[in-house]
Amino acid sequence: MSHKTYEESKKAVVKGLFLLGFVTLIEVFISLFGKGHIILGIKDIAWMAYPVGLIIAVLSIYKAYFIIYEFMHMAYEVKGLALTVLLPTSLLIWALIAFFQEGTAWKARREFVKEKNAKSVEPLKGKESFLDDNTLLRL
Amino acid sequence: MLHQHSDNHGGSWEGAAAPFNISYGKLMMWYFLLSDAFTFAGFLIAYGALRFSSPSWPVPDFVFSTAPFGIHDAPLIFVTIMSFLLIISSVTMVRAVQEGHRENKKGVVFWMLLTIIGGAGFLSCQAWEWTNLIGKENMTVTTNPFGSHIDDGIYLDEKGNATGESFKAGASYLLHKSEEGGHDEGHAEGHHALAKGDHPNALVDNEGFIHKKFKVTSGPSAGQVQMEEFGPKAFGALFFFITGFHGFHVLSGVAFLLIIMINVASGVYASRKNGYEMVEKIGLYWHFVDLVWVFVFLVFYLF
Repeated sequence: MSHKTYEESKKAVVKGLFLLGFVTLIEVFISLFGKGHIILGIKDIAWMAYPVGLIIAVLSIYKAYFIIYEFMHMAYEVKGLALTVLLPTSLLIWALIAFFQEGTAWKARREFVKEKNAKSVEPLKGKESFLDDNTLLRL
Repeated sequence: MLHQHSDNHGGSWEGAAAPFNISYGKLMMWYFLLSDAFTFAGFLIAYGALRFSSPSWPVPDFVFSTAPFGIHDAPLIFVTIMSFLLIISSVTMVRAVQEGHRENKKGVVFWMLLTIIGGAGFLSCQAWEWTNLIGKENMTVTTNPFGSHIDDGIYLDEKGNATGESFKAGASYLLHKSEEGGHDEGHAEGHHALAKGDHPNALVDNEGFIHKKFKVTSGPSAGQVQMEEFGPKAFGALFFFITGFHGFHVLSGVAFLLIIMINVASGVYASRKNGYEMVEKIGLYWHFVDLVWVFVFLVFYLF
């Protein structure tokens, strides 16, 4: 149970509402900034996607932390419970790395196949061919 | 560390001690939510892997830029409102749980009712979003008319000559459907009336989608005439399955909130004298739905 008085918890709820709303607004603003909606031309800066993506990811994780620890009362539960819930989710870090790597490799492979398909192959002529008519007859 | 409840008389091996000093129901709710988190994580990671594997991907601030009452070109505004609805309903849920601890029946019913209204509001918004995507923009599980250009280019006119309308690599487009049979609905963009077949400026496929033609002006295929293709097929399937799965969680959450609210009103939990623990349990679930939305919002709309 919460260790706060009733009045304190009521205030904490209002604080939580404004915090989550404010962080969401900042996220949307930064996302639109990164897509060039606020300052035109930002979109042309290729590396801009990385800091923008990182900031909104961190802000989202902060929101998740706040929801779990305050709204779902994880902060007031026994430490063991928090660990049994939070430690397994850390496995997802590996899943993220592995599957995003897989996706990137997949894309490279697709481009490789496209490249190879675009290449023309000169057909072999006459007797030089391994599979000429005589060979085929003998087979 | 472990505080024994006063009503735990037996030893730990008789099953009388509550592990982690929490009730069985709440503990199991936590582990259910943990497993549900893995399901959602699997979906969202699949989205990421497929997006990384595609040479182009629909840009969310282009796809999600419409809102009710004919609002266009308002990127992410409508989904931000949807996020606020969930945040607000999460906050009212916290209030319901607090009133439950004080055994205040009227307070619990009041705040749960507000939570239900918030959840129903979110579902209505999602229903509008889906209707717009399916009905107006012709996106389905297997068809994705949202694409983005890989190279720079310039669109062609009716005679096959270059127009003044150019675009850059990465620019998004939406394949519209040709409206043969006139403009009885009075569409603002009424120029989509082309017969099926190959035209110098566009190809209209059998389903009526107009693939505008353009001349590539950058990259290895510069000079070629190409046409707008469908976007990555996986986008539609991922969007409808993931937001649908989340929406289904919201829907079942609203149903359970409603049942529990009726039980609260009829005094079922007051007689248990356990600080409305059932309200706490549905509260955990409801906050989780909000928590998942944080990540669905991040992955689908912000990135």
